[in-house]
Amino acid sequence: MSKILIRGAKVLGGEAQDVLIDGETIAEVGQNLSAEGATVIEAEGQVLLPGLVDLHTHLREPGREDSETVLTGTRAAASGGYTAVFAMANTFPVADTAGVVEQVWRLGKESGYCDVQPIGAVTVGLEGKQLSELGAMHDSAARVTVFSDDGKCVDDAVIMRRALEYVKAFGGVVAQHAQEPRLTEGAQMNEGVVSAELGLGGWPAVAEESIIARDVLLAEHVGSRVHICHLSTAGSVEIVRWAKSRGIDVTAEVTPHHLLLTDELVRSYNAVYKVNPPLRTERDVMALREALADGTIDIVATDHAPHPHEDKDCEWAAAAMGMVGLETALSVVQQTMVETGLLDWAGIAERMSFAPARIGGLDNHGRPVSAGEPANLTLVDTSYRGVVDPAHFASRSRNTPYEGRELPGRVTHTFLRGRATVVDGKLA
Amino acid sequence: MKRHLISAADLTRDDAVLILDTAEEMARVADRPIKKLPTLRGLTVVNLFFEDSTRTRISFEAAAKRLSADVINFSAKGSSVSKGESLKDTALTLEAMGADAVVIRHHASGAPYRLATSGWIDSAVVNAGDGTHEHPTQALLDAFTMRRRLVGRDAGLGKDLNGRRITIVGDVLHSRVARSNVQLLHTLGAEVTVVAPPTLVPIGVESWPCEVSYSLDDVLPKSDAVMMLRVQRERMNAAFFPTEREYSRRYGLDGDRMAKMPEHAIVMHPGPMNRGMEITAEVADSDRCTAVEQVANGVSTRMAVLYLLLGGSEPAVTTTSTPRIEESK
Ligand SMILES: [Zn+2]
Repeated sequence: MSKILIRGAKVLGGEAQDVLIDGETIAEVGQNLSAEGATVIEAEGQVLLPGLVDLHTHLREPGREDSETVLTGTRAAASGGYTAVFAMANTFPVADTAGVVEQVWRLGKESGYCDVQPIGAVTVGLEGKQLSELGAMHDSAARVTVFSDDGKCVDDAVIMRRALEYVKAFGGVVAQHAQEPRLTEGAQMNEGVVSAELGLGGWPAVAEESIIARDVLLAEHVGSRVHICHLSTAGSVEIVRWAKSRGIDVTAEVTPHHLLLTDELVRSYNAVYKVNPPLRTERDVMALREALADGTIDIVATDHAPHPHEDKDCEWAAAAMGMVGLETALSVVQQTMVETGLLDWAGIAERMSFAPARIGGLDNHGRPVSAGEPANLTLVDTSYRGVVDPAHFASRSRNTPYEGRELPGRVTHTFLRGRATVVDGKLA
Repeated sequence: MKRHLISAADLTRDDAVLILDTAEEMARVADRPIKKLPTLRGLTVVNLFFEDSTRTRISFEAAAKRLSADVINFSAKGSSVSKGESLKDTALTLEAMGADAVVIRHHASGAPYRLATSGWIDSAVVNAGDGTHEHPTQALLDAFTMRRRLVGRDAGLGKDLNGRRITIVGDVLHSRVARSNVQLLHTLGAEVTVVAPPTLVPIGVESWPCEVSYSLDDVLPKSDAVMMLRVQRERMNAAFFPTEREYSRRYGLDGDRMAKMPEHAIVMHPGPMNRGMEITAEVADSDRCTAVEQVANGVSTRMAVLYLLLGGSEPAVTTTSTPRIEESK
């Protein structure tokens, strides 16, 4: 395999260095490395990050290939600087057996753009009643360690307790979509001032917070770790902060859209802003940013949720919930966290690569940019400014809330085990 | 005035007073032997109803016909959310048929807004009730009724409802009538109080331009008009209140309670009434109750809205009124 020399990039936003890739690994990191026999990428001024890892992606295959496939989704991931994504289990059929997770895992291998680590459903059919064969999924070729009924909450306290306990046997973790179902029947948007005016069914913060409070206490009681998906409220932040201070083994994620957008946007009744959990208030957004900065929230995860145009181009109540996010995540995080001074690029590397790989148990992703490590890398032109045009997305779906919005930063190159999946901002 | 009527909040005080004044002119036409004006001749008004509401539909239909518009009734009940014809496709169909105004009733909050702003259609859009969001023409006809009763038919012309104390009672949470009324009455200078059990007041109500009370008895003596909202019996199944009896005991209007209102005060109801639930027969049939009047006023008010959206600047009622052609079509 050929050599690639990335010249003069600021590694994790620090000092400019050269990085030499040889085959699948990083051969050398230093000053003035020899370019002999290597393809040279001039990267002065750009930031080099470990390949991004997304703990929360909906790839939709099998079952909803009209919105996304493993191939189109991993192309979108590579475009966004990701080298590994965790594929959520709410497919058709549900990824609740070894057979389905192995299918998704194989499709990921074939795509070649990004590693795909399937997530297994906690309960059969996501119905919250009977545990899936969690051990069989772990023992399969897909080596599942993250389990989630995402899209639905494991609302039965006993089922949740058992799942938390059971996966300890093989180092698994349950990722909870925290949504008390009775409190959110008919919910259409955040419950508050805006929902009162618009006459849309409210999704109250307490429906998320009560489940998180219960689950951190359950995790403490049974000595398990628990991961909280897409935290969206200031109250949830307080609960997780309290749980961590108490030594409870909890990790939490926030989506890019919850770091930037608020429920004021729903006044347009434009369903691109319809998402679950819903966009919250400015106060929540600020609390989430602060929590991501101080480590209360461990990671950014996209909750990339593709939907075909017709499922969004309709009245609000009839529209599907979710937004695509893989191709805009890093830009939104740059705007909300880096340009606000809340995090530096090393902090971004921690929250978008190191920590998600650690939580999800991926050994070959989220590694330091140093000699001997797998060459999973993302090069970012942070000085770039551009307007989001969904027509250029690699994803099969276009349901982005950022259309027409100017965002900073652009992924110029992505390397998956030494092979460029993105070159000069285009898929290779 | 704007091109569409989606929310009562879209109306300025002057817009609203103009509509009420125009409605008075329209009401005079209703007293003539020939109740028709040629004003909207050649224009097409589509009543697009995704939700059954015979009362509202025939009110708009009568209004459009009295202005000589062609009326098409398009009932699309239930076809949108299922994988039938979407709101968008329906809109494109109406556009192709050359609708000048679309009067839309929809079970989804925001559907009229989407129809007006998504570029699917060119015509004027009138919200005839969307989900639990708004019902602006109901608020206008209510304001019209209040102005007539509390200020006077002729004395009211050019005037708003400054300083009048209006109480809205019932299922505020699920009521588009309440939302539109609070907005419009505030715009017209009235002091609005909503009264309901706390379960039927929306979280976030603090941003509304009104007071909130949980006690009907406290508010009644300080009310110039009391508007009773329809309360669906099924709400008790979702624990919004324990029983029908308890609801009517605490929030229903009966003769004893009506006696606590000032003598000039009126009782309003958008209909259809649940007699025995939010209102007793004694109150409903008393001459203080304006429910029937509201229906008649609905036609005049909707004539005014259609006229102002489609007819434009000329006086509505003249002896030599000429048919108007919409240029954008
Ligand atoms: Zn979720």
